[in-house]
Amino acid sequence: MARSVDFDLSHTLMEAGLESPADEDGVHDSFSRLIAEQSQSEGQSAIELQDLQRDLEEEGQDHVAHLSGPEYREWIGSDDTEEEDNERQTDSLIKEPWSSATMKILSSMPSRTIGHSRGAIISQYYNRTMLLRRRRQSRPAIKDYSRSARPSIRGYGMEADTTDSAERKQERLVNNLQNLPVGDRVRMLRAMPLNLAEKTKLRRLTLETNKLTRSSSGLLCCSRLKLCIIIALRHSCTSTGNLPPELHKNREPFTGLELLTGTGYFSDTLMYYGYYSNYTLRSHMNNCTENNLPSSAKRECESKYPSYNMPLAYFFTIGMVFFITCIILVYSMSKSFGQSFRIDKSHSMLAMKAFCSWDFKVVKKSSVKLMSENIYTQLKELLAEVNQRHNKNTALQKLWRLMVHGLAWTICIAGTTGCVIAIYFSSDYVHKQRAGNVSGGSLLKEASLLALPVLVSLINLLLPGLFNLAAWMEEYNSPSVRTYVAISRNLMLKVSVLGVLCYHWLSRVAYNSDRDIYIKTSSQCWESFVGQELYRFLIIDFIFTLLNTLFGELLWRIFSDKVLKNKRRPGFDIAKNVLDLIYGQTLAWLGVLFTPLLPAVQVLKLLLLFYIKMSSVMMNCQAPRRPYRVSQMTTIFITLLCFPSFLGASVCVTYTMWSINPSESCGPFRGRKTMFQAGKHWIEELEKENPHLSLLARAHTYLVENPFFLFVGAAITLIVIYFHSQVVDGQRKIITLLQEQIENVGKDKKFLITRLQSMHEQKKTPKRSLASQDSGC
Amino acid sequence: MGTTASQLGKDSLSEYQELTFLTKQEILLAHKRFTELQNRDERNHLNATRVPMEKILTLPELKSNPFRKRICHVFSTSEAKDGSLTFEDFLDLLSAFSDSATLEIKSHYAFRIFDFDDDGTLDCGDLEKLVNCLTGETDDTRLTSEEMRQLISNILEESDIDKDGTVNLSEFQHVISRSPDFVSSFKIVL
Repeated sequence: MARSVDFDLSHTLMEAGLESPADEDGVHDSFSRLIAEQSQSEGQSAIELQDLQRDLEEEGQDHVAHLSGPEYREWIGSDDTEEEDNERQTDSLIKEPWSSATMKILSSMPSRTIGHSRGAIISQYYNRTMLLRRRRQSRPAIKDYSRSARPSIRGYGMEADTTDSAERKQERLVNNLQNLPVGDRVRMLRAMPLNLAEKTKLRRLTLETNKLTRSSSGLLCCSRLKLCIIIALRHSCTSTGNLPPELHKNREPFTGLELLTGTGYFSDTLMYYGYYSNYTLRSHMNNCTENNLPSSAKRECESKYPSYNMPLAYFFTIGMVFFITCIILVYSMSKSFGQSFRIDKSHSMLAMKAFCSWDFKVVKKSSVKLMSENIYTQLKELLAEVNQRHNKNTALQKLWRLMVHGLAWTICIAGTTGCVIAIYFSSDYVHKQRAGNVSGGSLLKEASLLALPVLVSLINLLLPGLFNLAAWMEEYNSPSVRTYVAISRNLMLKVSVLGVLCYHWLSRVAYNSDRDIYIKTSSQCWESFVGQELYRFLIIDFIFTLLNTLFGELLWRIFSDKVLKNKRRPGFDIAKNVLDLIYGQTLAWLGVLFTPLLPAVQVLKLLLLFYIKMSSVMMNCQAPRRPYRVSQMTTIFITLLCFPSFLGASVCVTYTMWSINPSESCGPFRGRKTMFQAGKHWIEELEKENPHLSLLARAHTYLVENPFFLFVGAAITLIVIYFHSQVVDGQRKIITLLQEQIENVGKDKKFLITRLQSMHEQKKTPKRSLASQDSGC
Repeated sequence: MGTTASQLGKDSLSEYQELTFLTKQEILLAHKRFTELQNRDERNHLNATRVPMEKILTLPELKSNPFRKRICHVFSTSEAKDGSLTFEDFLDLLSAFSDSATLEIKSHYAFRIFDFDDDGTLDCGDLEKLVNCLTGETDDTRLTSEEMRQLISNILEESDIDKDGTVNLSEFQHVISRSPDFVSSFKIVL
């Protein structure tokens, strides 16, 4: 809005401001010129005023202070002791006993008329249409840039002038609108904050002479292109998903428990790593094998038809999945960083509460009353928080607080360590027990697989309760600090639990896979076993979340409604819920390599979870009493999703591919030393087949197997990140400079108005004193 | 429905569609609701007659809104400033509060609604009235004068960038642009 509105003499002002916003001289100078222009119509008083202005320029701002009205002083003044910023009381233009002339100028300031007078709105939109035209078309005629079309102080100073130029402005606006494409014109007209009668008039005027109708074919073309891209992407997605399986084996019967454990019926399906073959599939292979061709012709025949190298496909699908996820994550992270750091330090919670909290959709009388009460308590709490910020604690209190915090952290860390140790030993015990105990009911044995996931989910459910207890003991003042502490504690727990589990799977299970310690038969591959474990974790986590929703929220709500008869309902803990989601997502990423269909399970789980949680929140929870800083929180969560979660998962997967022996008897990488060798093998074969591709092979050895390029890539990324952070820093500095500049302009305005006021008073007093002198004589 | 459509006229209907954020159905519904408010003999002159504010405020969508009078005054084009609305003013109102209206137009009208004394800027008096409207008319939910003073000085500190002691439209829109749910809450649907 205000971007298009500035003082008419802004050239000097802007130039002075660009050199240094604190350059008072330049600014004042421009304003004295402005005043001179303003008061030319008042004739002789102009010179007088200019002189006065010059006199007072040296004395500076101090003079302004004592002119502040007593009423306003009282209003803000008793806040004195806390307010470091004494200036702001003096910098007010309101509640002062202004003379009528000053009032007139004050009320016609651009900052006040902009949302108000028809002329201002019209010229504002004139400028916008101008911009649009400039962007869309060739340059408009120079005469269109006329100064008087802009909202200017000159235009607002005199009543007659405003009405006069409004006609001209309107003409220009209509002219501009006519030259816009139809879509833009309609959008522009619609978005004008004028009343319908005015808009109708403008539209009629525009249509009268306008025969220029541009079709929006460009737009259509664009959207079609977009559609094409989307369809192509979708096709490529589905085509990469189709990995032809090894066709074999009779399946085990379906009992139902498999849905939880992921074993039995599911174990030899597309779900798991072990099912995929290590063949190179060729279409029309039969043609080549049937005819008794010489081997050279056979190879030619084979190379003619497209082949599907299973290990390579598996390898690259996983690689692409991680690569695409990484790009999407980094992109959304950068975007949310941009959003949350766009603004300067102040969060304007109170202003936002006052301006944006009323919901105009609310119709019922009782709901209106409830909303009023809610807003009242929220405002009170926010105020109390603001007050608390000013309170300073004594040294003893600080020591006490430090001790309490230390105790709380000790409890949390001890709890986490205990849980981690428990998982470490129990995972070992449970699996050894299961592998060693051959006898016993098969159902019981299957069920015993669930012991570890249940234990981990229980820990995930109960430990946050302990953390909450610790936080309650600590009594944090600011809710944001409390949230951050809760997040970091929960994160600590989840990271260490997942770390222990990864150690268990990747070192113990994988390393001992040929010794039958954890897996009952050597025919089963350890990759499938780990995949099943991850599947179980995912499912049990889902079930525990459901139970938590049912018992923790629904039954608690009913209990507190019926028995306790109070209206307090459980609040929806966003931090815990989001961390749970991140935990689930990490499991899914870890499992992609071992269970290619795990993401599908995860998507299903998330869909169900979303609807269940949504209905639960609507039914059982009360709105949080403190507003959530959405953009900031989103940034933090996405960062968490990216940094420990995705990075950890990809490190684990890369480690598995790079340096762990795959199973000998199953999976696409059987017979290889590491999964990573599939690519190398393929390159070697390629080199054998067409010798002139040796360059590619050499490039592969140098680029992929040499760690130097990895370091170069990392270094480039770091440099880019550094540059971006510098740019953001610079932008923040510019924002502070601009704010300073706005403040200075405000001060100037204030100064000028007080000058004007004192002018008027002086004009009155000499007359009066002259009159008294006359009478005295 | 058919009769109202014919009364409204095809030309003006399409014109209204082009100039407001409302769909055809919404305009027809608005017309129906508006004619219900009019006297029987006034119904033939749709735009010539004004429905007085008292009648507009009987609409259930506005009845319990604490800003109802301000809304009428802002959208009224009446010379006498009595808050009475013509049909076009009524459409203006619904358009600004509709689903598809832009953040900009919504914040513009919100500013004018909150500007109780119509001086083009939110000063301490406006803010006090605004907060009183938000917390309701009853005495037990009214902030004490000390709290009010503190609240207003904090609001000004947060949003008054040029430090002139008032919140002008640009500053107001700057605050609004940071609120994620203003667009969804600034809505009235018939």
